[in-house]
Amino acid sequence: MAEGSLITEELRKLIGIPSEPIIFKVEEGAIQRYAQAIGDPNPLYNDIDYAKKSKYGRLMCPPGFTGWPVKGGISVFRLVDTLVKAGAPSRLLDGGVEFEFFEPVGAGDTLIGTTKIIDISERETRMGKTMFTTLETTFLNQNGNVALKSRSTLIQF
Amino acid sequence: MAEQIYYEDVEVGTEVTPLAKIATTRMLVQWAGASGDFNPLHYEDDFAKAMGVGAPIVHGALKRAWLGHLMTDWIGEQGVLKKLSCRYRGMDYPRKMKTMEEPHDGETWWCKGKVTKKYEENGEYLVECEIWVENGKGEKTTPGSALVALPSRSKNRQNL
Repeated sequence: MAEGSLITEELRKLIGIPSEPIIFKVEEGAIQRYAQAIGDPNPLYNDIDYAKKSKYGRLMCPPGFTGWPVKGGISVFRLVDTLVKAGAPSRLLDGGVEFEFFEPVGAGDTLIGTTKIIDISERETRMGKTMFTTLETTFLNQNGNVALKSRSTLIQF
Repeated sequence: MAEQIYYEDVEVGTEVTPLAKIATTRMLVQWAGASGDFNPLHYEDDFAKAMGVGAPIVHGALKRAWLGHLMTDWIGEQGVLKKLSCRYRGMDYPRKMKTMEEPHDGETWWCKGKVTKKYEENGEYLVECEIWVENGKGEKTTPGSALVALPSRSKNRQNL
């Protein structure tokens, strides 16, 4: 850390500011393609008739899927742009994620996602000076309930 | 799908039924489209080299989705996944394709887990698990944890 901190004053100012809310509509075909990409044959995600007869009454999302286009992802990429403009290193890796699930999400649901930076830290790694940004995204459903929350870590170096 | 598992069936140390996965370049393309993550880190050699990872790597979020598959298969339709987390600690490199459908020989990944805690809380039968994806060398590249609620046999009896 001889050359000082990666975390500029501009970066500190970004902590806690929520992004513009983004609206997701969850579609059947998007769920099926997502399940196929994982290689998960669970009929709740793949078989519309089966899912309709289940207790959920509709095709369900595999955990963590919130609809396509993945606007949550887009808002993260926008945030990365904002971080880089505020002085963060531009090389980026995904550090990990924590999901908390409150209500099932399935086809026909509408979700509203909001992302904010909750923490920025730094330490020396084998990549050199490395910055860790924790993002929290909250997804409300059409009933106004929190359906899920994710906390993810961006690694920039 | 396997038979429904109940709270009474598991103890600390019980193994989550392992799930095998083979990451291929084709699967990464499919995942990019389905997830909307079009980062060239996962399909362009020169870009991956410039990013310092050597070659295109498996999406962390795909490995996370595999762990979701591991847990939802294990807990069955009556189980509820409440929390799922993982860290992308090690890089994984997909097998390349030999034909349209068949990958070359190479690594198989295993999603695994074991029960670390079980307890009742607010009328729910909760089970915590340590979970991970391990590569062909047996290294845990994607360690994580999960919290699930399982149905209970005793509760079912009361409800009848």
